[in-house]
Amino acid sequence: MMHFLATYGTQLIAKTGQHLYISAFALALGVIVAVPLGILLTRMKRGANLVITLAGVLQTIPAMALLAMMIPIFGIGSTPAIVALFIYSLLPILRNTYLGMQGVSPTVRDAAKGMGMTWWQSMLRAEIPLAAPVIMSGIRLSATYVIAWATLASYIGAGGLGDFIFNGLNLYRSDLILGGSIPVILLALLVDYLLGKVEFAVTPKQFK
Amino acid sequence: MLLSMEHLRKEYPNGKIAVDDFNLEVGKGEFICFIGTSGSGKTTTMRMINRMLNQTSGTIKINDQDISKMDPVKLRRSIGYVIQNIGLMPHMTIQENIELVPKLLGWSKEKRAKQAHKMIELAQLPDEMLQRYPGELSGGQQQRIGVVRALAADQEIILMDEPFGALDPITRESLQDLVKHLQEDLGKTFIFVTHDMDEALHLATRVVIMSQGKQVQVDTPENILRHPANEFVTNLIGEERLIRAQPNILNINQIMRKNPVAISPDKTLSDTIDLMHEKRVDTLLVTDDQDKLIGYIDLDDVSRNTDTNTPVSQLMNHQVFYVQDKALIGDTVQRILKLGVKNVPVVDDDHRLVGIVTRTSLVDIVYDALRGAPATDEQPASPINADIHAAATREGGDA
Repeated sequence: MMHFLATYGTQLIAKTGQHLYISAFALALGVIVAVPLGILLTRMKRGANLVITLAGVLQTIPAMALLAMMIPIFGIGSTPAIVALFIYSLLPILRNTYLGMQGVSPTVRDAAKGMGMTWWQSMLRAEIPLAAPVIMSGIRLSATYVIAWATLASYIGAGGLGDFIFNGLNLYRSDLILGGSIPVILLALLVDYLLGKVEFAVTPKQFK
Repeated sequence: MLLSMEHLRKEYPNGKIAVDDFNLEVGKGEFICFIGTSGSGKTTTMRMINRMLNQTSGTIKINDQDISKMDPVKLRRSIGYVIQNIGLMPHMTIQENIELVPKLLGWSKEKRAKQAHKMIELAQLPDEMLQRYPGELSGGQQQRIGVVRALAADQEIILMDEPFGALDPITRESLQDLVKHLQEDLGKTFIFVTHDMDEALHLATRVVIMSQGKQVQVDTPENILRHPANEFVTNLIGEERLIRAQPNILNINQIMRKNPVAISPDKTLSDTIDLMHEKRVDTLLVTDDQDKLIGYIDLDDVSRNTDTNTPVSQLMNHQVFYVQDKALIGDTVQRILKLGVKNVPVVDDDHRLVGIVTRTSLVDIVYDALRGAPATDEQPASPINADIHAAATREGGDA
């Protein structure tokens, strides 16, 4: 263990950084796209099912296949990995945002409008705060997925902790395999825990 | 006029006409109840006032300003709005909820806080409650907040859409008292949608009865009870309620017997006894040549005299108890019953004899009026008389 850290310590830190960078970038893109899209879907009854089904279909593409498909478009490196992971992150966030916003009682929406809130005020002060816990749990779910799948990104040269694992597989070195997978697990658990804290923080006091 | 609605019409794209030619002028301080069956267009009409819905045609004016030319957001901030499911923001404290519209209007923090304290007092709830969340309050308390929230920015008109429908009868009554107080003491104007006829009759200064998008009758509760416009209104009010309301809305002249037996004072005793015999009565009313009631003569007076030529004027009693024909039954029934007289003459404004109320006709009215009321423990000894006296006491208590 100490030996492993002495040898690969700096590399481990760099790979963890890469891993985090890819995951965070993909997740951020996912949030930026899926949250507004999810909100928009609640406003258009017909398109909603279609878009969510489409996101579901994207989700079913095997991870390796999706990563490979990115190569002809984006080449190798972190860009194709980020794009692929972004696609994966969409569904949980989109679905939870949609459900969260749907779950806001029509009474609240009616009251907000009836009291003279603009569309934005109703969104920002009433609907999004009320849907926030559900949206946040979607983001949290996506985050753990993305961190896990980012491991595969090493295959298309994106780097990250997957490098250790794949090297270990190729060289029959279990210390490398464990040295890659344990940090991934810890990372996923840590992020899940932290986002869980955020989820709790955005939950309106009354429902805690 | 504070609020005027002219030829209002709402037609949905599928061709369904929700509201058809709705006209109403509402003055300041009025309490208007819209009542009707579901789908009668009452809520639709109300929601057009704050432009939650836009009318297909027709105009709504508030203080002579056409609301279709106003910014809907500003309009809504100027009108109080209370809905059935309370509509408090569950993630905001009571204080934040009350301050919502004032905040939207950009009031200062101090002014908002002051208003919140004032409003919670108006709602007759403890000040500490401001820091609680809606979910920690009972349904009735929440709706009290809902009601005062609608006034927090000094709104003049308050729209209420079946606000107390989900509350138990006792809580509902206390909230009805609250809104009635706000209307009577603060001069607020209410447009109140309900399907509860008791609520409408209790609260409204005017009731708008709607059916299939049309106004069926617009009038005061008293007039609606007195003259239901058609069978629909009668059914909506309900037979029982109409009968129960009778003593308070029916006039004496609606139950009196017309053409009472009367005799003029210059007639003789023999004429009197003949007339009594012919009509099979023991009392005759005495009227002058202008039909004015001047007294009565009964069998007792007749039998004590033997001279059949004595004129009626010498025998008659001048002290006669009578009632006005326009008096309400509820107001007079007790006096009639207390006096213990069998018949009471009815006179018009000019003191002319127009009819007679008999005890038996009162029994019918009073009995009908009480039939719907809860049964009392008292067991009447003799059915008819006991009922009258029970009724008399009851009427006295109500008056």
